[in-house]
Amino acid sequence: MLSKYRVIDLADDRGIFCSRVLGDLGADVIKVEPPTGDPARRIGPFYHDDPGVENSLYWQIYSTNKRGVTLDIEAAAGRDLLLKLVETADFLVESYRPGYLAGLGLGYADLHKVNPRLIYVSVTAFGQDGPYASYAATDLTGVALSGFTHLTGDADRAPVRVSVPQFWLLGGGAGAAGAMLAFHQRKSTGQGQHVDVSCQQAMARTLSHAPQFWDLNQVILKRSGPFRPMGSGMGLRTNWECMDGYVNYIQPGGTAGGRSMAALCAWMEEEGYGDAYLSATDFGTYGFGEMPESLLEAMDVGLGRFFRENTKAHLSAGALERRVLLFPVNDPSDVVAYPQLAARGYFQQMEAPDGDTMTTLGPWVRSSEKPMSLRMRAPRLGEHNSEVYGSLGLSAGDIAALHAAGTV
Amino acid sequence: MPGIFEGLKVLDFCWVVIGPMTTRYFSDYGATVVRVESKHRPDVIRNGLPYAEGKAGINRSGYWANYNSGKMSMALNMADPRARGLAFELATTWADVVTENFTPGTIEKWGLGYDDISRLNPGVVMFSASMLGRGGPNDSQPGFGPVLTALAGHTHFTGWPDRVPVSPYGAYTDFLIPHMSMAAIIAALDHREATGKGQHLDLSQLEASLYFLAPAVLDYTTNDRVTSRQGNSDPLMAPHNAYPCTGDDRWCAIACADDTQWQALATLMSQPALASDPRFATLDARKANEDALDALMGAWTASQDANEVMRRCQEAGIAAGAVLDSRDLFSDPQLSHRGHFVFQDHPEMGRYASDGNCFTMSDATPEYRRAPLLGEHTHHVLSEILGMSPERITELQQDGVLE
Repeated sequence: MLSKYRVIDLADDRGIFCSRVLGDLGADVIKVEPPTGDPARRIGPFYHDDPGVENSLYWQIYSTNKRGVTLDIEAAAGRDLLLKLVETADFLVESYRPGYLAGLGLGYADLHKVNPRLIYVSVTAFGQDGPYASYAATDLTGVALSGFTHLTGDADRAPVRVSVPQFWLLGGGAGAAGAMLAFHQRKSTGQGQHVDVSCQQAMARTLSHAPQFWDLNQVILKRSGPFRPMGSGMGLRTNWECMDGYVNYIQPGGTAGGRSMAALCAWMEEEGYGDAYLSATDFGTYGFGEMPESLLEAMDVGLGRFFRENTKAHLSAGALERRVLLFPVNDPSDVVAYPQLAARGYFQQMEAPDGDTMTTLGPWVRSSEKPMSLRMRAPRLGEHNSEVYGSLGLSAGDIAALHAAGTV
Repeated sequence: MPGIFEGLKVLDFCWVVIGPMTTRYFSDYGATVVRVESKHRPDVIRNGLPYAEGKAGINRSGYWANYNSGKMSMALNMADPRARGLAFELATTWADVVTENFTPGTIEKWGLGYDDISRLNPGVVMFSASMLGRGGPNDSQPGFGPVLTALAGHTHFTGWPDRVPVSPYGAYTDFLIPHMSMAAIIAALDHREATGKGQHLDLSQLEASLYFLAPAVLDYTTNDRVTSRQGNSDPLMAPHNAYPCTGDDRWCAIACADDTQWQALATLMSQPALASDPRFATLDARKANEDALDALMGAWTASQDANEVMRRCQEAGIAAGAVLDSRDLFSDPQLSHRGHFVFQDHPEMGRYASDGNCFTMSDATPEYRRAPLLGEHTHHVLSEILGMSPERITELQQDGVLE
């Protein structure tokens, strides 16, 4: 859909997801990385566990649908070449610490003069200004400052981070939305603008209603392990041990909750795990999270035994058939084997760093008009130098000279 | 200055979080958004905690209010064919964009699927989001956001290796997708401007949310390795944990990236000998002795305020972040500087906080407005948008078509 538009991607591993989203929507993304390679190329895990410059799986997945050139933007010749590229661009994405690019004469104000239509997206931990603007951040410390870590983990231990690193991906995704809002506005103003993303804020927007609990009720939700904190009491168990792993069963409220639990109780009876107390209770009369402690404890015992003595696959299949709201806690191998993904043809094959093929994620949205596709695997280091710099009018000799000087 | 979406008309059937969080960008930036709701089958988070002053009420949920700033609410009884007819009229004669996130098949059963709408409104951009996408054995399996953290693998990767995994709080994947969705919808609007053609965007929340743990999935597909949750530890950094500080349940996260930072930390801790202590001098040594390392760190932080630990580490160039709870977010100097929370006055809730945007734009300012009462704009939409007479509106009201 965006094939007429060009993105210059100066972002490293922290802003990398932004232009992946734009590239998936069809934009011509040109990744500009230092001649030594982007820092994302050094992030594990690696293809076949070989930490070569093309083998980072982080780099591979988040640089799909991008072309790639090398350029030393700190050298005068490199900076000039970048300015030429910027003249041809609609978007520029960057994730350097605030002030760094302005110091090179490549800040928003500088590039706006070169190309007033340019949409300049900065993805940083805390945004371009404010008391933390110059603070160092990693996924661990950034998520902590977003409020999510406090909500996560077991009550008797330190709070823990969320999943695999999320912080920078959240910010990159938000950058894509901001870029497109600016793009829509450009239709009427003819002007680009600066979009300044805070990953701290992007992550803080994933807290569900926790901030509202404080704002409206002065309640601080607390982490409570495999239970969902409800503001008071033991909470609702979400994750349950089963024979070969874990399943997720969250008792919903209202009629949906009544239906799900009635079906679950009938199923337990069928399989010899009947629980008279649970079967006799009308769960439909309780709103979400409104069940009394005694009932939660009875569920823990009755459901707990049924789940513990059955496998993830058996429980998941039975739940699907009976419309019980139970789901497997998938690990990556379960995800890849999940029948729904296979039926939709989600996973796709893509050229691997060694020329073989590898299984990768498919499109994240389907379109009736312009289906999203994996047009290009991640670029090799400097793969499109000749193609891209040639299109700017540089001769092979010019490019060779830049190469000899270490600029590309 | 006119809003980015001035003049754009959005008919919004979305509910819960993933859809409404997406369409809030439209209302915040100037579009006219008409949300179709129902009193008999209300959006589940209209009945979701927390309520203003702790008193339940269909117009009192802070959770709901957060995602519906500035939208108009039209309440219809969709079981009545006349209500579906009104929605169809809006979709085919008025809307530029139609959005929904019901279980696949629901909107189609109402005769409001993309095929039906686009026949009369070929330029319509329709956005559908569902848990698992259209088609496939599980597509009509009911469920809601929190289970997707389990299906996608986020739950498996959260918590301690020796314990039951914990789900990231709430409907975590619901919050990952709206930005990607918004980018796709705007791209579709550009495509329509260029070609006159609308389209149906159909998103599976599971498929999109896998992008937030893709490297771990590829580690399995290419290396046949299934990795798992590791608490707070990181293979390339140590110390790397949340450490206890003064006060009840107060912590500071510290991530020490290399040996130089470790030397700086040792100085900061007034224990310079630790820098060359063979148990800790190198990353490998620190990883091998991580329990002892964490104990030392915890002993150092335990007598200090979390914000003070953060400040001192940052001054020494080491990444650190106080583990903020939801109360702290409202006084965090950086979030305050950015205007993260915006406050609105609401006729039933009083003053309430909603999330501001997570990015600023140098040439556009969002217009945050309060969330609507259920059905607040039903008459307005019928008379002003559909040009209906007061008599006809009264009749529909009396017949229970309007709620």
